[in-house]
Amino acid sequence: MDQPIQFCTFYVDGLFFGVNVLKVQEVLNEQDMTPVPLASKEVCGLINLRGQIVTAIDLRQRLDLDRNELQEPPMNVVVHTEDGIFSLLVDEIGDVIEPDEATFENPPETLEGVARELVAGVYKLEDRLLLILDTEKAVLIGNSSGANREASISA
Amino acid sequence: MSDDLSKQLIDEFIVESYEGLDRYEGEILKLEDGSSDEETLNKIFRVIHTIKGTAGCLGLPKIENIAHTGENLLSLIRDGELNVSKDMITPLLELSDAIKSFLQDLETSGVEGTTRHTELVEKLEALQSISQDSEDEDDRSEEVYGLFDDDSETTSSVDEEAPASGGEEPSETATGDSELPVASRKPESSVANSSIRVAVDHLDRVMNMVGELVLARNQIVANVEQLDPTALLTASQRLNIITTELQEGVMKTRMQPIGSVWATFPRVVRDISSELGKKVRLVMDGQSTELDRTVIEAIKDPLIHIIRNSIDHGIEKPEARRQAGKPEEGLLSLRAFHEGGQVNIEIMDDGAGIDVERVKAKAIDQGMISPERVARLSEREAVNLIFLPGLSSAKKVSNVSGRGVGMDVVRTNVEKAGGSIDLQTQRGQGATIRIKIPLTLAIIPALIVTSGGNRFAIPQVSLLELVRLEGEQAKSGIEMLYGAPIHRLRGQILPLAYLKKTLRIDNNDTEETEDEVINIIVLEADGKQFGLVVDQINDTEEIVVKPLSKQLKDIKAFAGATIMGDGKVALIIDVLGYAEHANVISETSDHSIVQEENVAEGFSKERESMLIFNAGGNRRMAIPLSLAARLEEFPKDRLERAGTQEVVQYRDQIMPLIRVSEYIDCEEPSRDEDSDVLQVVVYSENGRSVGLVVDCINDIVEVAISVQRDSASQGILGSAVIQEKVTDLLDVPDVVRRADPNFYSPSAA
Repeated sequence: MDQPIQFCTFYVDGLFFGVNVLKVQEVLNEQDMTPVPLASKEVCGLINLRGQIVTAIDLRQRLDLDRNELQEPPMNVVVHTEDGIFSLLVDEIGDVIEPDEATFENPPETLEGVARELVAGVYKLEDRLLLILDTEKAVLIGNSSGANREASISA
Repeated sequence: MSDDLSKQLIDEFIVESYEGLDRYEGEILKLEDGSSDEETLNKIFRVIHTIKGTAGCLGLPKIENIAHTGENLLSLIRDGELNVSKDMITPLLELSDAIKSFLQDLETSGVEGTTRHTELVEKLEALQSISQDSEDEDDRSEEVYGLFDDDSETTSSVDEEAPASGGEEPSETATGDSELPVASRKPESSVANSSIRVAVDHLDRVMNMVGELVLARNQIVANVEQLDPTALLTASQRLNIITTELQEGVMKTRMQPIGSVWATFPRVVRDISSELGKKVRLVMDGQSTELDRTVIEAIKDPLIHIIRNSIDHGIEKPEARRQAGKPEEGLLSLRAFHEGGQVNIEIMDDGAGIDVERVKAKAIDQGMISPERVARLSEREAVNLIFLPGLSSAKKVSNVSGRGVGMDVVRTNVEKAGGSIDLQTQRGQGATIRIKIPLTLAIIPALIVTSGGNRFAIPQVSLLELVRLEGEQAKSGIEMLYGAPIHRLRGQILPLAYLKKTLRIDNNDTEETEDEVINIIVLEADGKQFGLVVDQINDTEEIVVKPLSKQLKDIKAFAGATIMGDGKVALIIDVLGYAEHANVISETSDHSIVQEENVAEGFSKERESMLIFNAGGNRRMAIPLSLAARLEEFPKDRLERAGTQEVVQYRDQIMPLIRVSEYIDCEEPSRDEDSDVLQVVVYSENGRSVGLVVDCINDIVEVAISVQRDSASQGILGSAVIQEKVTDLLDVPDVVRRADPNFYSPSAA
């Protein structure tokens, strides 16, 4: 690759994740959340992002991770996807890092469950592993398919 | 260069040509029905001429050619070489269709398409050749081009390479470069639909308001720094006013007269009626009624469908109309007007109307509804059965309609646009379809409610009324019917749904009957009513509808979300989707059948004609009509006395009068002092008559009454719900016996 990729990093249940910074719109503190009844459990609610309504997805739920009570309120990582803007709820925000391309590896075959789908690859950092999150897949929830992109109510 | 330029020019050409052709058709139809004037021909000619000229400039030879052929014919007509005949109208209209089909191809694929329309060209040429012998036709038409060439030159000046590049993805720009960021509902929306025209002075006004908005913002920003509460208050009030004005102003730019859709209707009516051999006159009223562009687009197809139906099975053939004593020409009238923040559209025909019995029979035949249920439908409900999917009342399927895939789609489309539809008909007199539709979809009035700590918005359109039950009522007001909660609303059973339970946001499992106050929101979805129980009713507000992300689209109970004044998000309830989710709609019908059948087995009588009157103040009472021999009015001065008894002379007899109010428990005395006449119900038995004096006679209705026994009251058999009102049934023999103990004794002469 010509240009090294920068990753915005965050922690979810002790795991260290990264998302391409170009996909990240902003990182926010805890926001007022409106829960959506009847929605699948990964959907944490709706937040008002300067007049735009954004669906927040609980990454712990999405990744099937432990749901221990958090000490700190969750942070919002707002990402762009093909389906629009989403907020990913994470435990803690890390730095923006620029890992060495040479340390990239595909996810190990032994990875199972949802992690297999959502982890696009791994960077072997010196002290730990950086899991690269596939945001497009992370926001695909339930039986929703890409077929119905059209807004049912256009504002 | 100029890929963009040429695309833009072609797009403009398409938009203008569509508009022109709509005008063209209108004028042609004027020619046909004889309401044309000198200008008509000129207008017709100009449209085709402009299309031909522009098509030539843009390098669209097929459109140019066909327009040329048409123009040749038109120029002959305009110059008086040819008279307009009936057979010309159809080819001329077909010319418009042909050009439109080219335009459509041009729009979708970027090229003119391959259809040849040879037949049409031949027809048009044949029509010209009628006058060939008198003039050299070619010369003449050349000459005409000369006259008009200059104005087509000004329309478009394009450089040479532009036409060649016209073929590349014109539809991309079509949606991309629209003048206003109109969120279009249909991805397939065409070039013509993706741009709108706004009067410049209107845009200036909007711009002005934006200027004021900026000033208000500056004020607020400055005041926040100084923390001056009064100045901040004034500034925020100003901001409030400006925002409202701006909202109206921007809304107005999206508004379009409904006439822009109706413009195509005369043609539609003409084509259908001539195909079916009927004569129809179309009258349109209120073309200038404005509504939001997206709404207009949404109701266009439903309207055409309704018109088609009206002509096909509403309006009769000329002979049938003559026999029915109606003018041969049927009348189809379209009317649009504003009312209560909504646009009403009425489509009325003076045809045969809808055969209610046949609709019922058909619905039963096709197993859509049980015969028992049909029997209980009111006339109006029965007629509205035609909106059920798959039901067509037409005896035979025609090319035009009768396949039964119409009216339900019409209703779905109208409801999708947030509107409602209603049908009324009178046998032999015609039918009226009334569509109510909101002005816009983006901003809607809504009721804000709270349940389980969350706020929800309910669109006002579906809202019928609010019911609040307190104290005792709260305990007794909700009954269970096979496990389903119901409330009796003025004698009607209203199925209830608890917002908390159905949305599973009930945090603590408290029994709802323990609540002090119960708030019921009576909603209507799909023509049926249900009650929604919420914790708290907050306020009505105008809300801005925002779509939900597609992950949440599957939840049919929500139509979108909105941002409240405090910046938090609230979900908007989709009343129909919610009702289906909560199962209140399907249960409604089931339960009402169950309920009604219980009544039928229990204590209901046959259907009976009842005389409804008021007596004893405003007490509403009824007796079977069979007990009333006659209804009479007596002037007060004919009142006489025989002993203590009030009597009148009636048919050479002395008839005693009984004031009903004196024999029933009532608080107020009779108010007959107000009027000079006595309203009397004459009751006869064994040749003897007695007059029952009542306050006023209201109505005679035929109903199946279910009497709820109530022995506490004297002279009253019980109470029943008639015409949705509680009505006491007068025990006539009891009253008469108490007034005149000898009335029933056979010995009395």
